[in-house]
Amino acid sequence: MKRFFDATLLILASLGFAATVWASEGGIAWDRFPKERMTNVAALQNGAQLFVNYCLNCHSAGYMRFNRLRDLGLSEDQIKKNLLFTTEKVGETMKVAIDPKQAKEWFGALPPDLTVIARSRADIGKGSGADYLYTYLRSYYRDPEKATGWNNLVFPNVGMPHALWELQGQRGARFTDVKDAHDASKSELRFDAYVPIAAGKLSAHDYDEAVADLVAYLQWMGEPAQGQRVRVGVWVLIYLGLFTVIAWRLNASYWKDVK
Amino acid sequence: MADFKVASTDATLAEKLLTWVDNRFPATKLFKEHMSEYYAPKNFNIWYVFGSLALLVLVMQIVTGIFLTMHYKPDSALAFASVEYIMRDVPWGWLIRYLHSTGASAFFVVVYLHMFRSLLYGSHRKPRELLWIFGCAIFLCLMAEAFTGYLLPWGQMSYWGAQVIVNLFAAVPLVGPDLALLIRGDYVVGDATLNRFFAFHVIAVPLALVGLVAAHIIALHEVGSNNPDGVEIKAKTGSDGRPLDGIPFHPYYTVHDIYAVSVFLVIFCAIVFFAPEFGGYFLEYNNFIPADPLQTPLHIAPVWYFTPYYSMLRATTDQMMTVLSGLVGLAAVLAIFKARLGSAANLFIAAAAGLLIVLFGGAKTLLSSLGLVGLAQSWLLAGFEAKFWGVVIMGAAVLILFFLPWLDQCPVKSIRYRPGWHKSLYAVFVFFFFALGYLGSQPPSEPGNYVSQVGTLVYFGFFLLMPWWSRLGRFAPVPERVTFAAH
Repeated sequence: MKRFFDATLLILASLGFAATVWASEGGIAWDRFPKERMTNVAALQNGAQLFVNYCLNCHSAGYMRFNRLRDLGLSEDQIKKNLLFTTEKVGETMKVAIDPKQAKEWFGALPPDLTVIARSRADIGKGSGADYLYTYLRSYYRDPEKATGWNNLVFPNVGMPHALWELQGQRGARFTDVKDAHDASKSELRFDAYVPIAAGKLSAHDYDEAVADLVAYLQWMGEPAQGQRVRVGVWVLIYLGLFTVIAWRLNASYWKDVK
Repeated sequence: MADFKVASTDATLAEKLLTWVDNRFPATKLFKEHMSEYYAPKNFNIWYVFGSLALLVLVMQIVTGIFLTMHYKPDSALAFASVEYIMRDVPWGWLIRYLHSTGASAFFVVVYLHMFRSLLYGSHRKPRELLWIFGCAIFLCLMAEAFTGYLLPWGQMSYWGAQVIVNLFAAVPLVGPDLALLIRGDYVVGDATLNRFFAFHVIAVPLALVGLVAAHIIALHEVGSNNPDGVEIKAKTGSDGRPLDGIPFHPYYTVHDIYAVSVFLVIFCAIVFFAPEFGGYFLEYNNFIPADPLQTPLHIAPVWYFTPYYSMLRATTDQMMTVLSGLVGLAAVLAIFKARLGSAANLFIAAAAGLLIVLFGGAKTLLSSLGLVGLAQSWLLAGFEAKFWGVVIMGAAVLILFFLPWLDQCPVKSIRYRPGWHKSLYAVFVFFFFALGYLGSQPPSEPGNYVSQVGTLVYFGFFLLMPWWSRLGRFAPVPERVTFAAH
């Protein structure tokens, strides 16, 4: 029996080892998106405004209707006046006028549709899609070697230039050569620090806040029913909880006859 | 024909109606046979709720599926958008979709537990062999249903998962490429594939599934339920001909199952409403990206319920086939020198083992290691590639279940009366099944692959050696009547 346990332990240990190896792959660790923002309607509205102004020029949100923004407390009039640039009809989805051929020429690929981007970018063991986007939009730096002049720590060699640079300003990145601990002939560039180049419209703190609002909006847009889902879910579980108690007592009262 | 009954003059309208129906259709008779006078053992424990739960989930999948079909478009240009349309624009569409997607995983949870119950208490043993075989066929149909259904949202994982699995069929010698073409309906997974998978998912497989479930229940009610003691309750009947340890299914087990259903729904609804993606295991994150035939995802993993078998497929490397060749050789030598079957049988065993070793690629490996590369690559001795055997092993892992009633030669049915080390063996089996499942969801790695190979050997060893090990050990005496303490 002892041998069996030893073998089991060995296997478990090797599984654990394998898991840590995999976890260390890939880019920088993701920051945590401030989740409480999902319940802040003003933040979501601000995020919608940022999205329409900065993202919707190149990216579409082809499954998202403008009038769904009413769920964020906006009236149809407000949507029409402030957010409708590409279409007249408030029931339209968020299409974009960019020519796919040109987009391919400029960025190397067609900018992806953003409707469910927050859902698609999650990764088991790394974080939610919102965590990724929150980190990604705050990890741009100037890189003269890239065609767009921009690079990103969490998405190296990204095709998209920094769309929010007016807000954040510009900064470079300093890397240091780190010798490989196991092989002296190898070295790798490790990120050291950002180097400010030009200030933007927003302070660092305000920029983080703005990105959080934008990501909150993207997260909401990925599943507009998510708030309703949770609200309904609470009532469903309360009902089922009561029902379970009744079913439990009913069962007991029948089964007391069984000897 | 039964006698024509006449309702008494003071009968209520409902009674008169029932009499009218009973004279034309065996409504009351069926209810009695399958519910109020179907005697089930009174000592069922929690393991016995998963059959009813599987039926509940089946009905739920069919009902939610009908509503999804009303809005879904099986067209490669529209499928992804139509799912998002359901999630956004169809009233309560998100709920229907989450019930269906979570239901798929729930189905496998309850069916795996239902099958393991059988393993625990010997429910597959005589006279329930056919009942078990119907169950295995249901499991196969369920896998086909899940596989075809997973393509329908037309996300990246749908697309590439189908691509990988259909390509496996191409590894079958001679007919493989044509077979894969037949399944796909095209040279790559495309619109034709989506349409035929849709047809299989919404009508062909469900029809077979419902028929098999009916056969499963009819067979169960013919032979009667097994129980945690593995005792036949029909062996001890009272003067009225009813089993002494049996109680009517209705109301005792209907009320029992209502209780189980309510507990199940608490867990199920908690997932549907609060974690419908279930951390990326029920709805994979990559599947929120529309299918792109030009962009292969870095890591393709099937949904969790297929991962144990997927692990076995990946574990089947050349190295694994060499080990298997060695095992076949060893088994043949043991059989020839230990079993004393006579020279004709020995000759047959040696020839069969030799053929298997060649087909497994063991001869090739042996000859190459001796430096005879040219001879090793001759078509006569090359055998089949490991990829093909991977497919065979994956298929065999499911098909071997069909033979369980004859592999299990244990003198007692229930685990309760088996030796302690049998329980340990079950524990090892379960551990490796989980390990295979976990590893199948992860990107391939060297240590992971070794564990998968051990897991594959444990899985097959557990079943193939069962005729031998299940007879061994000291068995506790089985009681004459079921053990039951009143609640």
